[in-house]
Amino acid sequence: MACRFVSIWFRHLSTDWFTLRQHAAANQMVNAKSLKELPFVLRTPSHGRMVITATNDAAEKKGIHKGMVLADARAILPDVQVMDDKPDLIDKLLKRLAEWCIRFTPVVAVDPPDGLLLDVSGCTHLWGGDQQYADAITRKLNERGYDVRVAMADTVGTAWGLARFGKRQLIAGIHSHLEPLLQLPPEALRVEAETVERLHKLGLRQVRQFITIPRTSLRRRFGPHLLMQLDKALGQELEILKPVQPIEPYEERLPCLEPIVTAAGIEIALQQLLETMCLRLQREQKGLRSAVFKCYRIDGKIQQVDIGTNRPSHHVRHLFRLLAMKIATIEPGLGIELFVLQAPKTETHMATQEKMWSDSGGLEDMRLSELIDRLASRVGTTSIHRYLPDEHYWPERSIKQATTLHEKPTTTWRSDKPRPLQLLKRPEPIEVTAPIPDYPPMLFRYRGKIHKIVKADGPERIEQEWWIQQGQHRDYYRVEDDEGQRYWLFRLGHYHDKVFRWYVHGYFG
Amino acid sequence: MILQERADVFARLQTDILRLQGFRMSGQVTADLGLGPIREAFPNGIFPTGAVHEFLSARPENTAASAGFIAGLLSSLMENNGTALWISSSRALFPPALKTFGLAPDRFIFIDLQKEKDVIWAMDEALKCGAITAVIGEVNKISFTESRRLQLAVEKSNVTGFILRHQLQNINTTACVSRWRITALPSVVMDDLPGIGFPQWRVELMRMRNGKTGVWDVQWREGRFIHAPLVRMEEEQSKQTG
Repeated sequence: MACRFVSIWFRHLSTDWFTLRQHAAANQMVNAKSLKELPFVLRTPSHGRMVITATNDAAEKKGIHKGMVLADARAILPDVQVMDDKPDLIDKLLKRLAEWCIRFTPVVAVDPPDGLLLDVSGCTHLWGGDQQYADAITRKLNERGYDVRVAMADTVGTAWGLARFGKRQLIAGIHSHLEPLLQLPPEALRVEAETVERLHKLGLRQVRQFITIPRTSLRRRFGPHLLMQLDKALGQELEILKPVQPIEPYEERLPCLEPIVTAAGIEIALQQLLETMCLRLQREQKGLRSAVFKCYRIDGKIQQVDIGTNRPSHHVRHLFRLLAMKIATIEPGLGIELFVLQAPKTETHMATQEKMWSDSGGLEDMRLSELIDRLASRVGTTSIHRYLPDEHYWPERSIKQATTLHEKPTTTWRSDKPRPLQLLKRPEPIEVTAPIPDYPPMLFRYRGKIHKIVKADGPERIEQEWWIQQGQHRDYYRVEDDEGQRYWLFRLGHYHDKVFRWYVHGYFG
Repeated sequence: MILQERADVFARLQTDILRLQGFRMSGQVTADLGLGPIREAFPNGIFPTGAVHEFLSARPENTAASAGFIAGLLSSLMENNGTALWISSSRALFPPALKTFGLAPDRFIFIDLQKEKDVIWAMDEALKCGAITAVIGEVNKISFTESRRLQLAVEKSNVTGFILRHQLQNINTTACVSRWRITALPSVVMDDLPGIGFPQWRVELMRMRNGKTGVWDVQWREGRFIHAPLVRMEEEQSKQTG
């Protein structure tokens, strides 16, 4: 497929922005005259004088240009409007505009100081052709208040040159970028000012005049940079754009003819995107672990929902259910014009042979992980726990949380010492009557009720793990009261210590 | 000979009656579960899987006893590589203790929620999933409609559901197939040894659809249920319940 590139040149980027801002403020001030008609420049101090950094169209017509000293401009036009330039305004503006342009193509690169570069290969037919595509960009940017020139060609270099120096036709046809390139001046090749000056001095005012000169002569006179830029414009050297947003390797896009505002519409879009993406994932034996569904609204805002799965999946119905649960959170506003589905995280997912009998596959079962995904998307992953044994005697530390559904225990579950079925989150203090040191208590009072102990086992001493936590040890007793209820009690510290306390920590089955 | 024939006729008639009453056999042929005489209370003498069972427990001590009895049931149900979900908003279950009942605690997935409403929702979702063996939900109260939803969910998926109810102020009717109350009994000591013996519970089956009610004393010993001699013979009178 032929590569196509678009170069957008913002002729008065920063002054346009100041005008727009004044427009927004002018809603309050009725009698303020618009900056649009007035000659208007931005200034910045440089080497002890004020230098003009940007001009608007009206000022340019009067002969004021960029790089002029402000005093000179005032001499030409005494009532020129002046404002202080903001140093990092251009970078911010370009980045924001580049992100906005993602609706036209996924690959948008910033081209400082005053342009954007778009890789539009395979995008233009969605707008009905190259001309309509370029017109749509121009119209939308003009509506926003930016004065732009949009050019399209097979190479970045030609598109860049056409946008800035093209005379009539700004769109070069497919495989015919040479003809428009020949008519461009040498500045259009993005070479240093000295080289341009030297070329002009020699009377070479158009590319056609020196493109036929042998390369060795050109290199000798003008250095290797000119040749490289010439190759880039001709497409003999590859030029790689650095996208403002890295492209997700798994991404599906669905532009809409008319803005979508209903939940049903969003669902249909989601279903379509999932079907195409899952088909691709299935072919490549991959499954997605997380997905992001982005909705680009016509007012420039982006609404998005994301999901995660426990196991790689390319199951359309399951993923649709997960995402559909969150559709209610999308605010369509005035309408959504573009849907994008991305899979930032994918893993290899081998197809398993289907079983004829419906036996439970245990923890490996796909249906189980899909169920957990559904639960997690509503209640959050933090409320889902699975425990594995950990090598600690201290009861609270004897289990650890498993990170995945299919993580295997590294040690065996201990069952040599009895452990209660119900363990209180924190031990509750009790009052106890104990006859002899290190004997189990005779009775204890817990929640206002006196329990008479009939049978008891113990003690089981569990020491603090000093490398984790300092403190007193626990002497655990298993006791049964006269009603047959079984408790797990412990005494914190030695009986002979001045301070020791009794606690109840759990109930046995 | 005649007696044998008569018994056959009775058995056939009983299954016919159950069928007419709308009782459907779950597709899965279940193991004995080691329930012994309790089985006589079940329709056709089989513990109903693919149904929701309700356990009443007001105090945490009772909850521990109920959890112990459920764990005993699960040890046979989950024998075949099964998994279980434990859904609760106030869970105190300590996973390592499940090992005592012959269960692998890492085969349990615990879902700890904040809101009671989410517990019912999560149970409903989980009971629809045929990949799991059992779902245990701890709730304070459950309405008839909610229990009906759960019962409808399990009838399709054949998952066994257990509901542990904590709040017993007003016990409403539910669509669950059975209602149990498990209370702890003094443990059984062998040969006058000191200390605590095997856990013992009083199992009250208060309601059983197409079955009978009854009271039994059950011990958990060496990985299976052992039945103490029946205590209250008078309560064992068969009562047919709808």
